[in-house]
Amino acid sequence: MELSLSTRTLGEHTVLEVGGEVDVYTAPRLRERLIELIDAGATQIVVDLGRVDFLDSTGLGVLVGALKRLRAAGGGLSLVCDKEPLLKIFRITALDQVFPLFATVDAATQAGPAA
Amino acid sequence: MATVRLSFSPAPVHVRTARLVGVAVARRAGVAEELLDEVRLAIGEACTRAVALHRQYGLTDLVLVEMSDGGSYVVRVIDRAPIEAGLGIAALPPDELVNKSLTDEALSVGVGFALLAGFVEDLQVRPVDEGIGTEVRMVWPVAR
Repeated sequence: MELSLSTRTLGEHTVLEVGGEVDVYTAPRLRERLIELIDAGATQIVVDLGRVDFLDSTGLGVLVGALKRLRAAGGGLSLVCDKEPLLKIFRITALDQVFPLFATVDAATQAGPAA
Repeated sequence: MATVRLSFSPAPVHVRTARLVGVAVARRAGVAEELLDEVRLAIGEACTRAVALHRQYGLTDLVLVEMSDGGSYVVRVIDRAPIEAGLGIAALPPDELVNKSLTDEALSVGVGFALLAGFVEDLQVRPVDEGIGTEVRMVWPVAR
């Protein structure tokens, strides 16, 4: 399934809903969208991976890259993910220790500013 | 033993095709349903790595994926990049992953290796028998 991206604002958070497959072919589009959001002034970004059915190392690299940019600007990025196959990817790469991970968008936005 | 071979130009758009074929052959070979997500991810990572190496060295050679089913499901992903670039598997600790000096690409390579090593119990990365290149060999059990 092709990558889909849609953005909405919830209070101080910008929620980027991602769907489909995030891989070496589609990840550059995710990177561009995140950079656009950051350049436009977003500081607290929530990436909702709820409709993602495939995520590889290139996609993870893009998410870490965005986290680094946001942290450097005093902001933060958190992830919404409750699918076990995706959570396993975060555990195996130890990225579950890097990203604040939440089961729902509400939990992510209510947690306050992301680290 | 049944064998399926797939060769593709080193372009990111074809990695998805390799994943789809790899999973279809795995299912046909009798790999357990609960392992198919891992098969899909691992074949994708091995092909992504091969494509990245070919692009890094400006190689137009095809990336070869060979799937065979003979007692177990064996997938070999073969690149034609210089060997010193392709050997060695190292997982990066989390604090290094967010290290500012690491580029997104270097980070993806480190994460890709971590995923391969984490998801494939029987994994070998070794020089090809003939010529230049490396082979990533992954084996999964089949239920018959």
